[in-house]
Amino acid sequence: MLKIYPDKTKKKRAKQFLLNDPENPPQIAANTRTIPGIITQRGCTYAGCRGVVIGPMHDVLHITHGPIGCSFYSWQTRRNLARPTPGQINYLQYSMTTDMMEDEIIFGGEKKLAAAIREAYRIFKPKAIAVYATCPVGLIGDDIHTVCRLAKEELGINIFGFSCEGYKGVSQSAGHHIANNGVFKHMVGLDDTPDDAEFRINMLGEYNIGGDAWEIDSLLRKCGIHVTATLSGDISYEQVTRCHTVDLNIVQCHRSINYMADMMEKKFGIPWFKVNFIGAETTAKSLRKIAKYFDSKKLTDRVEEVIAQEMAVLRPIRDDVRSRCQGKTAALFVGGSRAHHYQDLFRDMGMKTIAAGYEFAHRDDYEGRAVLPTIKIDADSRNIEEISVEADPRRFRARKTPEQNAALEAGGFTYKDYEGMMKEMSKNTLVIDDISHHEIEKLIEIYKPDVIGSGIKEKFIIEKLGVPCKQLHSYDYGGPYAAFTGAANFYKEIDRMVNTKVWKLVTAPWKGDPTVPARPVLKPKDKTAAAETDDAPKAWKK
Amino acid sequence: MMLNGTTAEIVERKALRINAAKTCQPIGAMYASLGIHGCMPHSHGSQGCCSYHRSHLTRHFKEPVVATTSSFTEGASVFGGLANLTQALKNIFSIYNPDIVAVHTTCLSEVIGDDVPTIVKRAKEEGAVPEGKLVIHTNTPSFVGSHITGFANMVSSIIKYLAERTGETKNQINLIPGFVEPADMRELKRLTRLMGVPFVMLPDTSGVLDGGLDGEYQMFPKGGTTIPEIKSMGDSIATLAFGHFTSNPGAVTLENKHNVPSQLLELPVGVGGTDAFIQALRAFSPDGAVHEDIAAERGRLIDMISDMQQYFHQKRVAIAGDPDHVIAMTKFALELGLRPVYVITGSQGNHFEKRLHELLDPVVPDAKIKQQADFFELHQWIKNAPVDLILANTYGKYIARVEDIPLVRFGFPILDRVGHRFFTTMGYAGAIRLIDQITGALFDKKDRTCPEEWFELVM
Repeated sequence: MLKIYPDKTKKKRAKQFLLNDPENPPQIAANTRTIPGIITQRGCTYAGCRGVVIGPMHDVLHITHGPIGCSFYSWQTRRNLARPTPGQINYLQYSMTTDMMEDEIIFGGEKKLAAAIREAYRIFKPKAIAVYATCPVGLIGDDIHTVCRLAKEELGINIFGFSCEGYKGVSQSAGHHIANNGVFKHMVGLDDTPDDAEFRINMLGEYNIGGDAWEIDSLLRKCGIHVTATLSGDISYEQVTRCHTVDLNIVQCHRSINYMADMMEKKFGIPWFKVNFIGAETTAKSLRKIAKYFDSKKLTDRVEEVIAQEMAVLRPIRDDVRSRCQGKTAALFVGGSRAHHYQDLFRDMGMKTIAAGYEFAHRDDYEGRAVLPTIKIDADSRNIEEISVEADPRRFRARKTPEQNAALEAGGFTYKDYEGMMKEMSKNTLVIDDISHHEIEKLIEIYKPDVIGSGIKEKFIIEKLGVPCKQLHSYDYGGPYAAFTGAANFYKEIDRMVNTKVWKLVTAPWKGDPTVPARPVLKPKDKTAAAETDDAPKAWKK
Repeated sequence: MMLNGTTAEIVERKALRINAAKTCQPIGAMYASLGIHGCMPHSHGSQGCCSYHRSHLTRHFKEPVVATTSSFTEGASVFGGLANLTQALKNIFSIYNPDIVAVHTTCLSEVIGDDVPTIVKRAKEEGAVPEGKLVIHTNTPSFVGSHITGFANMVSSIIKYLAERTGETKNQINLIPGFVEPADMRELKRLTRLMGVPFVMLPDTSGVLDGGLDGEYQMFPKGGTTIPEIKSMGDSIATLAFGHFTSNPGAVTLENKHNVPSQLLELPVGVGGTDAFIQALRAFSPDGAVHEDIAAERGRLIDMISDMQQYFHQKRVAIAGDPDHVIAMTKFALELGLRPVYVITGSQGNHFEKRLHELLDPVVPDAKIKQQADFFELHQWIKNAPVDLILANTYGKYIARVEDIPLVRFGFPILDRVGHRFFTTMGYAGAIRLIDQITGALFDKKDRTCPEEWFELVM
């Protein structure tokens, strides 16, 4: 796969490429700069910030400060669905921008940004406005934070900015970090009113693509667990402001939200652990872990009851699909978490993931959080702000006593426990970070996977080669795939994709057959025999 | 309810753009580059742009869209993108081996002022560009114009870099089709062939972005204008350029550089638009005769308009999209007897308003015509005085749903239907398809909403 690369490229790519050893995950080079010209899947910091983390907040008005493109392409293209309360404006259907023109590049865009905020306020009267910087903003030196502060004073609503210029960091990942910092600074903790419920949690890093968050929320509700806020799928502004009042944070997408989980723990004392609601077995495991944390017999019993009910419905579907999918192979190249999570779903179906990788994950997502102290931040990511967080003197509250934690941990319970993708992949499977177009083509040629999970840019390339590609960002406009009902949806989807007729139609019958078909010898039909069998009405004769 | 923040009351906006009816330059340049055979489009900027542009084109065509990027980091954004582009060129030619790399820029490289020709020259000296391979470029600052400008810039630059004049005039014409579908390019080529006129079309994305599935992936598919063909454009008898905004700049470049005279036509949508194209072709055809198949197609179109006249007459219609498309569509709407009351483009250019006033003032004097407008404002107008039909790209579907107005998708991008890359809207055949779509949309609404006693079997 690496043979064709020029020396310098080969040397760098070799470090982002390895054969897995789950016992002792080898070190991978991740979160390093993209090689120019290689055809990466990656996007930028703006996409990670505005597109991923904050974009889904449906009653926050989002303004992109920049030329037209960035806001246009992030308009309704990620399927973070929302159901605002009736009467509430859903800002996700709007794409707002300062549409910077040459004059603003030359003379600065601060005035236009301030005017745009005022106009937005006059028209929509939102509760909060978020402003996002794009590439030129940092270069020309527009101070969006001062503009936001002044606008906040003038209009009396919460207005804040994100310096998520596209060139920062090396991928979407920097945007996640910038978004986490901003949400934590400007929104979290503004309202101390807790929800009235016994088991209160937040679901962190779940963006409700195709309704996933709704599926998880309804499952948790069945168990008696209350979700105060899901960051940030179908979330309202007011839910963000109160999300520090819960007793537990569970983390689905480690990459995009681990910063927030850590900051909330430090400031408010809320512990967190990793869960996975993609895949039936892992969903059950995650539910049990939450029950264990709350240490309530009532909750534990209820969780077991719900798992039994859900599995009773799901098992026949899974077994049916497994009968057709068992032994087939998958390769997954998705963002920063799904390349790992979806392996569980494939495992449910008896399918093996033979190769996987992330666009922009860090070493901890590959190798586990244990390697965190050994990760060196390189020059390309050094300028991403790390905010220092301290315990809130008034609001910090340890959720468990040291004794309770000791008891939990003695029973094998772990906090802050992401073990990474590689520990769960088989030995000698392929792990590739920031895969290039060339490598995808080669992978198909060599490994011939039965299905590839990837994104829109790769989908049609992969399918031209006769391999079905499931988009694991947009779900090919389907979903949900989370929790038990979602798992059933996914099993059926993969069954359809790997067993559909179209792949058998790809090769034309004349391909590879140079012989001219023999011309059939046509003989006149026996007319009397035909007349006897013909049941058509006789022709009307005058 | 959808778009419930949109009020009928109009507050003047000078700074805030809402639901744009345009996007930025580089995507247009990327599309134009894909119309060259064996070409790798290259985005000189940070990689997010390239990713967004590829994704958006892919969503429109449901086809692979491959392009490379310089992947700027913060360091490159301060010190310039020389090393990034040089390294990119080395990688592109070693790994993907295109015949030509067409570089466009983004707001990032434009603001820092990277001088692409100088970088390319130095990259060549360093051996980053193999013998016989080409690198061309165009400047596409996103803060000027729109994707339409980017398309026009790339077409002009391709011509500037590649078209040659040997002194010997070739018996062929140049066709610059504009930012239209591969299916439209096919249709323009079919008509030109039927008329017996030899031609070169640039760019030509048919065979590139409307490909088939046969188990093999070609990074550089069969389609696209070949480099020898582009070179020969300087020797052509004349150029027919479709669209003031998308194609005229390229035609003018060729005229200035190699003295190839050009004729500017509007996009051949509808009767008059196609008539003008066929008439123009007659001048270059061997005997000036119009092929009988073309005449028959025209007859079928006129027949269909006369059959369906009653359903079009005086219907209020809103038209939104790219300027050349909107001008052509407005002309066709008038031929059908529709009443275009709101006509907008997100792009900039006074020709848009001037031309539409010429077309509409005599028949729809109260029509609202606006350049640099957006879907938010269009929706507000519709709230104040509704329309019977919307002709727009996919983004029109939100207004269509919330106001319950039939929508016919037209232009770029169409993200939620598939026919557009295979079925033309140009020529007489394309007009027939448009009428089919328009009547279908109007009739579907009637069937869905009329009182039961008025539910008709025959329409």
